[in-house]
Amino acid sequence: MENFVTGILINGLLIGTLYAIIALGYTMVYGVLQLINFAHSEVFLTGGVVAFEIFRVLSPAPGAAPGSGMNPYLVFAVALVTAIVVCGALNILIERLAYRPLRNAPKLVPLISAIGVSLILQDVIKLLEGFQGRFQLAVNVPEAFTRTVFKVADTNVKGIDLTLLIVAAVMLFGLNRLVNHSRVGRAIRAVAQDRVTAGLMGIDSNRMISLTFLIGGALGGVGGVLFALKFPNLDPYSGTIPGIKAFSAAVLGGIGSIPGAVLGGLVLGLIENFLGAVSGLVFIFPKLTFLEAIKAEYKDVGAFIALIVILIFKPSGLLGRNATEKV
Amino acid sequence: MTASLLRPKKAGPDAPDRTLWLVAYTVLTGLLLFLGTGRLTPSVQFSSIVLSFVFAAFLGSLLLAYQWRANGVVKVLVGVFVLILVVPDIGRGNGSFFDLAIQMCIFAALALGLNIVVGQAGLLDLGYVAFFAVGAYLWGIFGSGQFQGIVKSELPFVPLGVIDWLIPLLLTLAGVAGYLWMKAIDRAHPGSLKPKGGQRAARAFTVLLIVIGVVGVLVLVATLINAAITSYYNGQPAALSALATGINPNFFWLFIILAVAVAAIAGVLIGLPVLKLKGDYLAIVTLGLGEVIRVFANNLTKYTSGPQGISGVTTAPVSVLDRLAGALSFPPEQFKLFFLYFLVLLVIGVVITVNVRLSRSNIGRAWVAIREDEIAAQAMGVPLVRTKIMAFATGASFAGVMGVIFAAKQQFISPESFTFFQSISVLTMVILGGMGNIAGVILGAAVVTLLNLSILTALSETLQAVPNFNSNLDPAKYNRLIFGAILVLMMLFRPEGLLPSARQKIMMHENDETDPALDSLNDDGATGGALGAGLSGTGAPGMPDVTSPGQATRAENTPMDRTGGKQ
Repeated sequence: MENFVTGILINGLLIGTLYAIIALGYTMVYGVLQLINFAHSEVFLTGGVVAFEIFRVLSPAPGAAPGSGMNPYLVFAVALVTAIVVCGALNILIERLAYRPLRNAPKLVPLISAIGVSLILQDVIKLLEGFQGRFQLAVNVPEAFTRTVFKVADTNVKGIDLTLLIVAAVMLFGLNRLVNHSRVGRAIRAVAQDRVTAGLMGIDSNRMISLTFLIGGALGGVGGVLFALKFPNLDPYSGTIPGIKAFSAAVLGGIGSIPGAVLGGLVLGLIENFLGAVSGLVFIFPKLTFLEAIKAEYKDVGAFIALIVILIFKPSGLLGRNATEKV
Repeated sequence: MTASLLRPKKAGPDAPDRTLWLVAYTVLTGLLLFLGTGRLTPSVQFSSIVLSFVFAAFLGSLLLAYQWRANGVVKVLVGVFVLILVVPDIGRGNGSFFDLAIQMCIFAALALGLNIVVGQAGLLDLGYVAFFAVGAYLWGIFGSGQFQGIVKSELPFVPLGVIDWLIPLLLTLAGVAGYLWMKAIDRAHPGSLKPKGGQRAARAFTVLLIVIGVVGVLVLVATLINAAITSYYNGQPAALSALATGINPNFFWLFIILAVAVAAIAGVLIGLPVLKLKGDYLAIVTLGLGEVIRVFANNLTKYTSGPQGISGVTTAPVSVLDRLAGALSFPPEQFKLFFLYFLVLLVIGVVITVNVRLSRSNIGRAWVAIREDEIAAQAMGVPLVRTKIMAFATGASFAGVMGVIFAAKQQFISPESFTFFQSISVLTMVILGGMGNIAGVILGAAVVTLLNLSILTALSETLQAVPNFNSNLDPAKYNRLIFGAILVLMMLFRPEGLLPSARQKIMMHENDETDPALDSLNDDGATGGALGAGLSGTGAPGMPDVTSPGQATRAENTPMDRTGGKQ
């Protein structure tokens, strides 16, 4: 029983951390533009594809002699930096081309544009990889990341899990410094609060919005690399579901709030893992056979129901501030 | 002169009469189509890609009949000629055109349903295909051997125990009690149950009770239906084996009606919890619920056979039409398409009529009002929740009906047909054509379906024939790219769609003057681009349409009241 619970907790926290990193990209963009950046799920997947390519080129093939090829951690670092650059640049480009011209349009217009960008990116990824006949991307994860480092009550903690936690902690610390304790961060927060007034104070709001997209894209890229290592089977459409869930996490925590996104990600990861494990409870309580009907596939359902319940009872999310609408 | 002819625009009363042009165009493209399909001289046949464009051009005559000012009788004749005479005749030679025409009508009805939700009421629903799935699975399960398997798995019949009906009944009663309690508190202390009011705990508790009650009702109804069906088939092996191909196919008609109700109820059930949410939250939640329905379709294997899908879905036999088709020398395997084609024509006629009538009624005006400004609409006495639920339910019911027909036409349904991408395709149709405008939405549905099912596949066939062609670049594999590009480009350059309603057009360009950068991007519409006519600027012709949305979408030849509904 304890092992069962620890397993759920550890896996839930790991997935939750991943959701949190992706959710940050959604929440920051929503904070400044009040726009759901649907393309973020593909920006994040681009990070995964970058990781796939880097590991394919730089990492030794699975059958090669041990010790050959580059150090796996160095390859990982290369993948992280490349993903940050590529995804950050991609996100800025998307904003420049598809969102900026629509900034004064009715609210649905940029949203639909974002959905369009998301579809375009899916097929661009498919085209780039499919051109070479690769429609399923199996990431060549080095053994260093799949090896079990230690065990907590029967639950294996692998190299990638530790890496994920360390990278996430560093990213969150850096983001906190940047947003809350720097001039640029203050400017971003000012733009998020009131774009026009921030402009009157001498802040170039277009630059700050671009910067926000850069940060969001970079976070998405990091999330993508980590996702690719944790779930090494990607395809051009596998960004959508984690993307929607990460957005749900952002809403759950209170959209626009950075600590909220992290909390929301963790909560969602836990809820989801718990639901996925409900059918396993039959082994502990053999009499409750009806639990078997709750298949692991229903964990996605749980995530969305949690989202709806939160939105109904606390529309501003767990850590969001209540905004009253003035007429 | 020719340039202005090629721009279809809604003709005003002073537009030149183009009856002759219309007839000439229809006859010319019709001849081309007959020539291309080899019905004039079997020696001449067009390649599939050219043929799809010719077919599209031929259907364009319907659009011209709608847009141009011409003799009313001629317009009706063109419609009859295109839809009733030529399309079935072309379909007789080449079944894929029949298929295409039916798909177009199905998607046009879906787009019209989504148009009510997105275009008229302004609620972005990204899980619309869920209702389509409800209709399709409704008939898919009963109209195929699937139902027999379900009944078999429930047999032998076990009479209901006390627990089976007592627990759901108690839950239901708890819900009723919760509702009554809520009413009582509300009467004693008006306003105290509002979300920001004093009695938060009491409110949460009563809401919880009501939710439990709804679950109880559902469980109770399901249990009773289950018991009724199993007790009926218990000990009747003959009746059970007759189910091998589904229930009596004549029930198809009943299920068409039933699908309206079931999909509308699904719309209300999904709508109730989420309609309080603001625009973009609503989008993400409906997206999630759409995925939920797909997850259920994938995993409730007993009912839906999961990812393998249900095959062998039947249709109602209509012997009169079959005999007619036989007399017109249709091959027997096309009898079904023949029947379904006229059925979808009928249904789409009903859907259009309902749509037109609704958009001119006070409900339609309420939808437009909440789209433009929720708070102002509420202040004017529009009941927000009820109006939104009406929009959701109406849109859902169109999708439900077409789901039944879709299942009957495809004979096979699987969760693959009801993905998020399908919802987006329907949304693309609405946006491409012009949100809020009925003719525009139909145009969008026709264009997207043609592109998806005919032009892209023909293009990939043509390219496959090219030597050394890398089959990984097959354009049919990249339809998302094309749909995405349509969405982005439309939003950037023509957010009001190809055939906008007057109101949308003005709304979308409201802020143009305040932002010169934006103005330069959008001036295509403002300076009389391809379809923009007479409504740019502050010209008087546009104004009456804006103050009276009823006229904005008025179809030709339909003498309806222009007051926008008096009820």
